[in-house]
This record gives sequence, structure tokens and C-alpha cells, in this order.
Amino acid sequence: MTLNAKSATLHLSVLAALVALFFVLPPYHSGNLARIMVLAIYAMGYNILFGYTGLLSLGHAMFFAAGMYGFGLSVNLGGLPLPLAFLTGMACAAALAAVTGFLALRTSGVAFMIVTLMFAQTAYLVVLYFGTYTRGDEGFVIQSADRMIMGVDLTSEGARYVAALLLFSACFLTLARIIRSRFGRTLVAIRENEERARMLGYDTGAHKLKAMILSGLIAGVAGAAYAMLFGYVGATFATVQYSIFPLLWVLLGGAGTTIGPLLGVFFMFYLIDFSSSLTTAYMLVAGVVLVLLTMFAPQGLMGEMRKRVFAWLP
Amino acid sequence: MNILETKGLTKVYGGITANADIDFALPRGKITALIGPNGAGKSTFVGMVSGRTPATRGQVLFEGRDISTLPAHERIQLGIAYTFQITSIFPRLTVYENVAIAARRLFGKDPALLQTKITRALEKVDIAVHAEQIAGDLSYGHQRLLEIAMGLVQEPRVFILDEPTQGLAEAEVTGFIELIKSLAGDATILLIEHNMTVVMGAADWITVLDQGMVLANGTPEDIGSNAAVQAAYLGKTDA
Repeated sequence: MTLNAKSATLHLSVLAALVALFFVLPPYHSGNLARIMVLAIYAMGYNILFGYTGLLSLGHAMFFAAGMYGFGLSVNLGGLPLPLAFLTGMACAAALAAVTGFLALRTSGVAFMIVTLMFAQTAYLVVLYFGTYTRGDEGFVIQSADRMIMGVDLTSEGARYVAALLLFSACFLTLARIIRSRFGRTLVAIRENEERARMLGYDTGAHKLKAMILSGLIAGVAGAAYAMLFGYVGATFATVQYSIFPLLWVLLGGAGTTIGPLLGVFFMFYLIDFSSSLTTAYMLVAGVVLVLLTMFAPQGLMGEMRKRVFAWLP
Repeated sequence: MNILETKGLTKVYGGITANADIDFALPRGKITALIGPNGAGKSTFVGMVSGRTPATRGQVLFEGRDISTLPAHERIQLGIAYTFQITSIFPRLTVYENVAIAARRLFGKDPALLQTKITRALEKVDIAVHAEQIAGDLSYGHQRLLEIAMGLVQEPRVFILDEPTQGLAEAEVTGFIELIKSLAGDATILLIEHNMTVVMGAADWITVLDQGMVLANGTPEDIGSNAAVQAAYLGKTDA
């Protein structure tokens, strides 16, 4: 099998498994899985910048929140129909990523982390400042009546799962394709040795900015999807915690792998879910598992798989 | 006819003048060696030519066009390839992918052509058998050859090689001289080199730098018998 065929088989099998799981799983777990898929979109967006381009951002919550508020406010205040509101959310995230990238990409390494963190804090404070519209920490609910698309009620379990799966699939397959493209391979070259890539005639600055915009856009898709499917918009999603989560998910699942983000979110979600059923000190259990993973699988689950078994993993 | 020229090219680091008013010409299709003692400013000079190091003042002309204000990647896109003095590859990727990154910018639209070009470049430097190996696991000599393959797969019009034979074994050096001689003609080669066997064996023209200034220009025979050059290399106090 060629590399492209292997990669296509892998990605389609993941999607087939997600379809099958809906029919097999009890409602509690399929509800969880819908949430996992939406958060995995967020992690995949993060992975573009961190896993493939080698830029560690600590401010991605602002892009997630931009998608979420862009969508939520256009529905609640603007009265826009869902598809249009969704596109507005995406546009907000991409525009914010373009501006942030334009300024923050003048720095690199630790400085880049700090600058993105500061931008995200500012975005969080802006949400609180305009509390009249955003309702600050308390957040706001998007009414069930507003969450209809072409006669389909997105508040029902089935529709929500299908919508999450469709959005996830679109992002998953698009990103898998981008990673194999000339653009994607150049991002990897920048991650591995930026100076060399520049001296091979690539405009590394422009590539990094495009990666940042793409990454922010996908995070925005996740934010808008979260608001649309779960009906809540709140400032918690703009806090630094939500910038750390995607980093953790991607590290766990395997940075720079296409299916790592999904696995990372899945693993983390059920780790907390399971350990909290055992003890109230569930964060301790989660912490120990995370420490063990970093010790024995520092490249994450899929990173280890790539190292040990499947060198071709995209 | 010169493919590349510099006029008054100068680099000042703090108070130290690394390159002072260098007027240099690179004859088309030839192999030109740039030599000089350590610290003479050779790497600074090619850094300014390739755009890696911003010049303090002066001009770089490529095919008669002033490219002084172009960023490095745009100069590379004009057909100037550059290999680093300290090996600079993508150590965690395969040898094949390393060359592919270099080639994709030019031939990425045609996968079959891309593959042919990569294979040919790997064969030319004789590391095709290592194609699927991780580049960082190669021996130092093979990494240098890989870097040269990454340069020549771009089919450059000007190929700048910064101390390419450093760390190569004797036998590899002989092979290298043959290799760059075979490239000259289509490409113009600017070679920075310490190894006099390589310089005398390969170069058509030599420019000698000393203390940031051009000390001499000439054929290998001229330079070999030039008293000032000998003084600079042997370190006479009155030189």
C-alpha cells in the first residue's frame, strides 16, 4: 500500500469507528463522545501550530472563545440564522488569529508563549468588560428554539452526535490532506529547522502566519460548534485553563500526528470520568497517569506508536 | 561575463569591520574559490550575498539586478543555493524527505518529476542507498553530502558552498572535487574552502580575503606564487 492509501485507510477507519460507536454506545457515552469530538476539533487546530509548525501558543482559548462568542452573539443579539452565525464565528477566530499572529510571530520560543498568553488574557478581559452583551462569567444560553438547522433539532442526542461527527470529519479529513500537501510538509520543515527552510527559499514568516490563521480558524470552528451543540457561551472558555487543555491533549495523544488530538481528548476525558467515579481525589489519579505517560511515552500515545511500530503515521 | 557582483559590500559588527568595501565578481559557469585565513570574513561575505546576514552597506548584483534589499528566501528563489558551514539538515526526517523539502518548492506540482529529481540528486552524491534512513543517524560525511544534494536538487544558477569538505575523508574529498567539476558550466560555483587540494584541484579562479578585505584575485597559479597571499597564510608580522 502506498503512503497515501495507508493514510486514507487510517482516517476513514477512525471515522467509521465513530459512526459505529453511536449505534453501540449507551446514550451517556455517545453524549460524551459528541463533546469529545468537538474538543478534538479544538485540539486538531492547536496541533497545526504546535505539532506541525513547532510554535507553542498559550493563548488558543481566545480563538476558541472568538468562535464561540462570534457565533453566540450573532444568534442571540444579531438574530442570524445558524449557518451564517457559524461562519461569523469562524471569521472572528480567523481575524483574531491573523492580528495576533502578525504581532506575536515577531517573537519566538518563550517570548511567543508569553505574548500569546497576554493576548488571550486581554481577550478574556474584553469579554468581561463588555458584560452587558456577553454576560461575563455567568455567560448566556442559546435557546433551544434557536438551535434548529433545516428543521433538525440540534438539542436531540442523535442530531447532536451527527452534527459533531460531520464537523469533526470535515476538519479531520481537511487537515489530513493539508498535512500531506506541500504547505504541510513545509510547516514540518520549519518545525525541524527554520533557518534551513528559509535558506531553501521558503518564506517562513508567511508560512507561520498562515499556520496561525488556520490553527485559529479551526479552534474557532470548535468554539462555534460547542456553543451550537451544547447551547452555552461563557467566559470560562476564554480563561487560561482552556489554553492549557489543548496543549495537554495534543501532548498526550501525540503532537504532530493526525489522530493524536482525538485520542488525547478521549483519553483525558475518560481518565477524569473514570477516576472521579473511584475517588474524590480524582485529579491525583489523573496526575499520576499523566506523569507516567510523560515518563514512558514522552511523544504521546501516537508518537510512541509512530516510533515503535508505524513509522508512516501521518 | 559575471553572474554575480558585489560593490562596496561592508559588514560592521559593533566596532569591528568584518568586511570592508568588498568589490567582487563571480564569473559565470566557473568554479571560484574564496579563501583566506580564519577570521578573514569569508562566511560573513557569503552570508551577505545569500541574504542570511544583513549588510551594513554596499550592493549585491545578480544578473545585473540589484538584489541588496531582497530577503534571503527571495534570493534563493532567484536561483542561489547555499550550503551551511555547520551542517544544517532536518535531522529527524528521512534523507529522502530532506531532499524532497529542498526540491518541492520547484517541482512540487509534478510528483513524478519530483521523485526523479530527488533520486537523481541522491545518486549524484552517492547516498541513494540511505534514502529511507533518518538523516540525523547518518555519519558526518554523509550528512555533508546530503546537504550538497539538497543544494543541487534545486538546480541553482549560483551554488555557494561554505567549507563543504570539512570533516570528509580523503577518498570522499576526491569524489567531491569530481562532483563539483561536473556541476560547473550549468551552475556557477562559489566555494569557500580551507583544503588547498580542493582549491587547487577544482577552482578556475581564486579570490583571497584577509582581514575583511580582498587581498588578491587570480588563477590558481597566480595565487600560488603570490607573495602577499603566502604572507597572510604564514602569518608574517609585516603582512
